[in-house]
Amino acid sequence: MTQTLPTLSIRNLTVDIPTRHGVLRPVDNVSYDIAPGEILGVVGESGAGKSMAGNAVIGLLNRPAHISQGEIWHKDQRIDNLSYEKLRKLRGKEIGMVFQDPLTSLNPLLRIGDQLAETMLAHLPITKSEADARAVAALEEVGIPAAAERVGSYPHEFSGGMRQRVVIALALCAEPSLIIADEPTTALDVSVQAQIISLLKKLCRERGTSVMLITHDMGVIAETCDRVAVMYAGRLAELGPVRQVVGDPRHPYTEGLMGSTPLASKGLTRLKQIPGSMPRLGALPSGCAFNPRCPRVQDACRVDAGPTLGAVDPRAACWFPIQEDV
Amino acid sequence: MALVEVSNLTRRFDVSKHLLNRVIERLPKSILTAVSDVSFNIEEKTVYALVGESGSGKSTIGKIVVGLNSPSEGSVKIAGVDLSRETDAAKVDVTRSDIQMIFQDPYASLNPRWRVRDVINEPVAARGGDTTGLAERLLEQVGLAAEDASKFPHEFSGGQRQRICVARALASEPKMIVCDEPTSALDVSVQAQVLNLMSDLKDIHGLTYLFISHDLTVVQHMADRIGVLYLGRLIEEASPEELFSDPKHPYTQMLLEAAPKMDGFGREVDPPKGEIPDPINPPTGCAFHPRCPVATAQCSAERPEMRQLRNARVACHVTT
Repeated sequence: MTQTLPTLSIRNLTVDIPTRHGVLRPVDNVSYDIAPGEILGVVGESGAGKSMAGNAVIGLLNRPAHISQGEIWHKDQRIDNLSYEKLRKLRGKEIGMVFQDPLTSLNPLLRIGDQLAETMLAHLPITKSEADARAVAALEEVGIPAAAERVGSYPHEFSGGMRQRVVIALALCAEPSLIIADEPTTALDVSVQAQIISLLKKLCRERGTSVMLITHDMGVIAETCDRVAVMYAGRLAELGPVRQVVGDPRHPYTEGLMGSTPLASKGLTRLKQIPGSMPRLGALPSGCAFNPRCPRVQDACRVDAGPTLGAVDPRAACWFPIQEDV
Repeated sequence: MALVEVSNLTRRFDVSKHLLNRVIERLPKSILTAVSDVSFNIEEKTVYALVGESGSGKSTIGKIVVGLNSPSEGSVKIAGVDLSRETDAAKVDVTRSDIQMIFQDPYASLNPRWRVRDVINEPVAARGGDTTGLAERLLEQVGLAAEDASKFPHEFSGGQRQRICVARALASEPKMIVCDEPTSALDVSVQAQVLNLMSDLKDIHGLTYLFISHDLTVVQHMADRIGVLYLGRLIEEASPEELFSDPKHPYTQMLLEAAPKMDGFGREVDPPKGEIPDPINPPTGCAFHPRCPVATAQCSAERPEMRQLRNARVACHVTT
C-alpha cells in the first residue's frame, strides 16, 4: 500500500469498438498511475491509442467505443462506471482537459470571460461577480496581457498561442486535481510551444496538479515529464522514469522511436528508421504487435499471447528486452 | 551558376475588405506583405532549406518558385529563366517541367478518384510524353510495389501516400523539387523513412531541393544551406553546422533555445517573449526589434541589410 493515493489509477483498461467486421481494440489492457503533482507523458504514433485512453478516463468515448474491461480510479472514487450526471460534475471540477486545437475547444459565440465564469459557476460555490473577477485573475495567471480588457473579447480575436492559454485557464479555473492535455502544442509554433509548456509546468507545480500529457514529440516529453508511457497498437510498450525510457530504452519499439527522430540521429547521413508502419487495428499480428517490425524478433514473439509489462522486464512489455550490459 | 536565383523578392497580398465596406467603415486598404525583399541562391544538386514559424512567408516563396504565385517585385530565375516575365512559351514549358512540388498533406494532394497510375503519369501525359511502365518503375523506386499502380489513394497510409507524391514529382524528370513541409503530417518513424528516401533519390537523380519546414531538427538533418525567415524577411543564412553551433541573429538564437531537446530532462527554458507581429502593420526597422533582447534605437528606425558575418549572412545591426 502506497502512502499517498494516486490522483489517477488505471487498471487493465480495455476499450472495444464493435464493428461489422469484428471487435477492434484501440486500448488493450493498459495500467498506470499518476501521482499527485506528477507529469506523465503518453507517447506513441497515430493510432497507438493514446488519445483513446485519455478520452476513456474523462468519459468522452463516443459510441460504439466503450470500456469493456478494467477500472479507472480517481483518488478513492471509481469513475469508469459513473452515471452521466455524476461524470459531468467530475469533468471540469476534478479533471480538466486541454485539446489539440484551441479554436475548436472554445465557443466562438461567447466572450472568453463568460466561458471562464460559466465553468466556475458550474463547479464552485461562488457568485457571478466573484466568478467574473476570478476570470480576470485566471487570464492574468496564464500570461495574457491586459486581461481586464480582454475578458470581453471573442476567441477569434486571439492568436493560436493566446487561445491555447485561454483553454489552459479554462481547464484550471475550477482547480482540478488532474489535467489531461491531448497534444496541447502540436498546432503551435516552436517559440509558442515553449511558452505553453513552461506555463503548464509552472501552474501544475504551484498547485500540485497532476498532468497526463499526450504527445508524439519526444523532445517535449524529455523536457516536461517525470515518467513516460510508450504505447504501440493499443498496448503499453514501456513505462518508466523519463531519463531511463529516453536515455536507455528497453523495448525495441521505444529504441526505434527515439532513434528515428532527427534529434537523435545527429551527425548521421541517414536517419535510423523502423521498417513498415503500425498495423491496423483490424489486422493485428499474433503475439507481440510489434513483431513484424522488430529487429530482435524471435519465435516466441509470434506465437505467445504477447508480452505484458513486467513479465520479463519491469519496464518493458517485451520477451527479449534490450539489456544495457549485454 | 546557381540553379535558382531569388533576388529582392517581394510579394504583397491585398487583404482589404470589399470596396463598399471600406467606404462605409472608412477603412484604408490593408496590404499584407508576405515576403519582403528576400534574396538567395540555390546551387545545383544541393538542399536549400527555408525555416520559420507560421506567417514567415516560407510557403509563399515556395509557391513563387514553382510558379503557382507571381512576385510583386523582384524576380525568381530558374536556370536563367524568369517564369513570370519570360515571353517565349517553349522556354517556360521546359522550365516548368524541370520543377515539381511535394505538398504537406498527402491526403489532400492526391485526387481520390484517380488511380495511382494516372496520378503519377499525369505530369508526363499532359505534355504528350510516353508513360508506358512509368508509374510502375517509379513506384518501385519509392519503395512501393508495381501492383500498387492500379489502386486508389485511400488504400494507402499517410507515409505511403507521401511516397506516391514523391513518385509523381519525379515523373517529369525534374531538376528541382520544392518540398513544402513534406513530413509534417507524418509520424516520426514514417518521417524517417520518407526523409531517407528523399536523400537517396537526390543522389540517384542529381536533384536540387528547396526544402520548406518549421522543424529545425529535420532541416538540420537535410539541408546544405539554411535560410531563416521572420515575418517575410530573410534574417540569417548559413550552413547547418554554422547555424546550429553559432547562431548569429537574436531570433535564430531564440528559436534554437526554445526547441525541445532529447537530453533536456527537466530543462527550464526561459520561454521566448511575445509573438510574431501582425504582417499587415509590421514594426518599423528590424521586424524583430519589439521582441529582441539586444535591440537598440537604430533597430527600430532602420531595417538592417543582409551582411556577411564569418561564414553566414545575417540581417542584424547589433550582432557580432
